Amino acid sequence: MLTHNQLRQGTRVEIDDLPWIIVDASFVKPGKGQAFTKIKIKNLIDGRVIERTYKSSETVVKASIVDKDMQFLYGDGEFWHFMDPASYEQVAMTKSQVGDVIHWLKEQESYQVTFWKEKPISLTPPPFVILTITQCEPGIKGDTVSGATKPAILQTGATVKVPLFVNEGDRIRVNTKTGEYVERAKG
Amino acid sequence: MLNAPRGNWQPWQPIATLETLRLRAKAIQKIRAFFEGRGVLEVTTPVWLPEVAPERHQTPPACLGGFLLTSPETCMKRLVAAGSGAIFQMGPAFRQGESGRLHHPEFTMLEWYRPHWTVDQLVDEVTALIQLVLPVLAIRIMTFQEAFQHFIGVDPFVAPLETLADALEEGSLRPGDDRPALIDRLFVQRLEPAIAPLEILLILTGFPPWEPGMAEVDPGPPRVARRFEVFFRGVELANGYQESRDPLDLEQRMLTANAARKRDGLNPLPIDRKFLQAMEAGFPPCAGVALGLDRLLMLAFNKEGIDKVMTFHELPGSSSMDRSF
Repeated sequence: MLTHNQLRQGTRVEIDDLPWIIVDASFVKPGKGQAFTKIKIKNLIDGRVIERTYKSSETVVKASIVDKDMQFLYGDGEFWHFMDPASYEQVAMTKSQVGDVIHWLKEQESYQVTFWKEKPISLTPPPFVILTITQCEPGIKGDTVSGATKPAILQTGATVKVPLFVNEGDRIRVNTKTGEYVERAKG
Repeated sequence: MLNAPRGNWQPWQPIATLETLRLRAKAIQKIRAFFEGRGVLEVTTPVWLPEVAPERHQTPPACLGGFLLTSPETCMKRLVAAGSGAIFQMGPAFRQGESGRLHHPEFTMLEWYRPHWTVDQLVDEVTALIQLVLPVLAIRIMTFQEAFQHFIGVDPFVAPLETLADALEEGSLRPGDDRPALIDRLFVQRLEPAIAPLEILLILTGFPPWEPGMAEVDPGPPRVARRFEVFFRGVELANGYQESRDPLDLEQRMLTANAARKRDGLNPLPIDRKFLQAMEAGFPPCAGVALGLDRLLMLAFNKEGIDKVMTFHELPGSSSMDRSF
């Protein structure tokens, strides 16, 4: 159980039998009235955001959530399969559970799978992944300063903007949070 | 070299910029000149007392066998009862456990009393003072009831509890929800966000009678406390009363507040006997108001939170030896 002053940004809670993460928490108190903690929460399953208000005597259930690092094995079009490298235990996730992370899914790479009540509910990619460019305009040699960009399609099917000097077949590091090119990967 | 035990480095610099501190000093000078020009005497009363005027939802931090005060109200009213005439005070006030963008356990309160004035006269003076530092063109005065009807579409005093609950984001009654609890919830969930975009000084009057503070109660209908609050961009700036003068009624309110505190799981607080004696000796008709100076300056200087206009923003629990708040 969490009391109202333990409701902080990043805490995961269970409300209306669903798991949520607190994205914003603030202390509010009308003049002579009682104190409240107002929280903005994001549903960990479908991503919708709502607000709730709790007075000091109320408690909120901490969500029984476990995060596990798991290796991505393969996608079969219907399910995406992950494996715990320690126990070899496997889980299958649906397209909606994988969500936008699909743009950054690479076999053998490690992803964080979030379990709620022992079922996988969502997926978090590592902050940066290295992916190969499968299609883009030929590179302009030496243009490392102009700042101009061109679209490039990655092995996952995602499109990112890359500098002009980058070539098809290059491996690049991408920021999974912003979807932006970071640098050419070495080696 | 330092001899004190060293922990991790902590940011020691002030939070407000030096430019903000210069603006703050200037604003304080203007406020002092405002009161001097109107013949209001500046006073300094203790920040610590052994006894207080208990309130249900405000807790003074315990300190040295007494309390750091949530407001200088009782001492200032003792001065008025002693014949001081109009007085003002600008100084620290304390609220245990209040911390956030608009709250801090220690803040600066500007409080003043106008013997033989009505609360309507005082509203005019409060708006004039606010406009010294926060030039706002439009002023709108509404009753609490009108504001609920206008911004939320419910009558706070007569709507059935189910109707009030329907207007909440939860949409349903929770165990223990009575009218005061629902109105408080609607206030923070619906009213404050609705008035936040308004670039006007909004003055609400005629507050619910169940939390009258020390305001006179108007029997109505509707029965309301003769209180007002001033808002700008949804931020409560000031809270004023037509002061109650009835010592028996005031004592009863304090006993009621202590009983409610017990039910809420809070300590009852020792009642300020000297204050009640002063009221018994005779207190003139009077209007009084308390204004959160840090909030006013925050809005005047377009800052995000009150910490941005304070020199230092010290929170309890940051030292292993200090548990006084």
